Amino acid sequence: MYKRLPDVAGTARAVDITIDGQVFAAREGDTVAAALLAAGYDACRTTPVTDAPRGPYCLMGVCFDCLAVIDGRPNQQTCLIPVRAGMRIERQQGAAAFGPGAAGAP
Amino acid sequence: MTLPQRCDVVVVGAGPAGLAAALECARAGAATVLLDEQAGPGGQIYRGITVTPMRKREVLGADYWHGATLVTALQGSAVDYVPGASVFAVTRADGGAFEVGVSCDGAAALLQAGQVILATGALERPFPVPGWTLPGVITAGAAQILMKSAGLVPEAPVVLAGTGPLLYLVAAQFARVGAAIDCLLDTTPSGRLGEVLPHAAAFLTSPYVAKGLALLREARASTRIVRGVERLEALGTGRLAAVRYAVGSRTTEIPARALLLHQGVVPNINLSNAIGCEHRWDDRGLCFTPVVDAWGATSVAGITVAGDGAGIAGAQAAEGRGTLAGLHALAALGRIGAAERDARAAGATAQVARWLRGRSFVDALYRPADAFRLPAGDTIVCRCEEITAQQVIATAKLGCPGPNQLKSFLRCGMGPCQGRLCGLTVTELIARERGVPPAEVGYYRLRFPVKPITLGELASLPQTSASTQAVVRMKAH
Repeated sequence: MYKRLPDVAGTARAVDITIDGQVFAAREGDTVAAALLAAGYDACRTTPVTDAPRGPYCLMGVCFDCLAVIDGRPNQQTCLIPVRAGMRIERQQGAAAFGPGAAGAP
Repeated sequence: MTLPQRCDVVVVGAGPAGLAAALECARAGAATVLLDEQAGPGGQIYRGITVTPMRKREVLGADYWHGATLVTALQGSAVDYVPGASVFAVTRADGGAFEVGVSCDGAAALLQAGQVILATGALERPFPVPGWTLPGVITAGAAQILMKSAGLVPEAPVVLAGTGPLLYLVAAQFARVGAAIDCLLDTTPSGRLGEVLPHAAAFLTSPYVAKGLALLREARASTRIVRGVERLEALGTGRLAAVRYAVGSRTTEIPARALLLHQGVVPNINLSNAIGCEHRWDDRGLCFTPVVDAWGATSVAGITVAGDGAGIAGAQAAEGRGTLAGLHALAALGRIGAAERDARAAGATAQVARWLRGRSFVDALYRPADAFRLPAGDTIVCRCEEITAQQVIATAKLGCPGPNQLKSFLRCGMGPCQGRLCGLTVTELIARERGVPPAEVGYYRLRFPVKPITLGELASLPQTSASTQAVVRMKAH
């Protein structure tokens, strides 16, 4: 679990995002990974091989452990993508699914 | 994304080295494109410098805020800066120019350039201990990034573990915001006097002494520190719950909601390796580095590496090395002569020398112990494909000679991170099993694309003979 430092208050607007269908007020300028951690999700996916839970590890784009489905697109590196108002984030279960029938597809 | 079709110089990475290189090139009138994966400039050392909510300057310190001068210079320059851009390939196009494959916001494009400067920096060395894949375990650098960019800190109890100067900087920064680390587990092996003494004289006259001592003092005043930690384990079902550690024969378990791991940084060589630049094993830094000259020029003409990607030397040296790489590129393009290049290099050369001094002492003192580089049993080595140490060791015992053969046996290193989090562990494990130096075992042969892109993105690229080579490894010349 993560908490905001008092310094942060008033430094950015809040934008509404959804995580697994639930609405959260995220801090504009945060990456999706930071928004997930701030919302209390330290795991954002389960692995394709053993279905083990994983969460962001490096926060700098190299480990690929922070993958999630963003606006229907699977395998997105959440630590590289800033939140946008209305963004739909879904935690990714196992291997990514693609195509019109895939979970999270638009 | 508005990318030009061609330019004189492409710089990859907007940390201190990339910023300095791009500024040097643009100042001389070269058309310069600076590509960076992050949403804002600064790299990891100056992460979030334009947007950080951490406004009390003393929290992140003067070294961090120096980044603002570089970014201000970028904003006033002619550099074509493209954030959110992942470089997935660099190949030789028809006519001798380079073709740089870029993915930006779900669309791919090709960009031609006469010179390419790689300033892709460093990443934290793998720290393969039991449980390091559990949610709740992040790197110390990641914790620092969360603080710099979002003002987020993990809730107590927080355990920080490992070795290296960054550990103490993070402990000090957390204490400054009233979020002191509950326990710092220092894995620096004791009894290093013999190894570090030969480097002591240079260190004592280096800029690192005063900084290092001040940080140690600050961390000690705020944080409980356990020294001589020889074993470390993250425990929990589904997420981190506790950390178990051993000092000598005594094992202790402490509750933890976050475990921050760090044992130094190593060059991020994925692009230089895939391009086909020559690399060598650096026994002091326990990593592979591209072979470069004083300008950062690699074995492939036209490809220069600047900053920590060419060997770890820190942000101040990286800035100097960026300037040198920029000057080299300008000379190679014929924009300046050798005499002008040399004259303009004097300041940067002195800066690099100043910050290289004492570095060997730091490397020797904080060389991570074997126990934390050479895992055993069911500890995960390859996080992507979930391959354990035991599997790697057993496969090496079967006669598997190196990391590339290991891919066929185990798919180790073939996941999305492309070996970034397992490559060095795999090389060192195989070397130990074979009883040969890591240099003989070698590293993964990496291939484009070095970052995952969709088939749709690839298919949307213009289909020229040159562009089809964008996913083919460039042949050595």
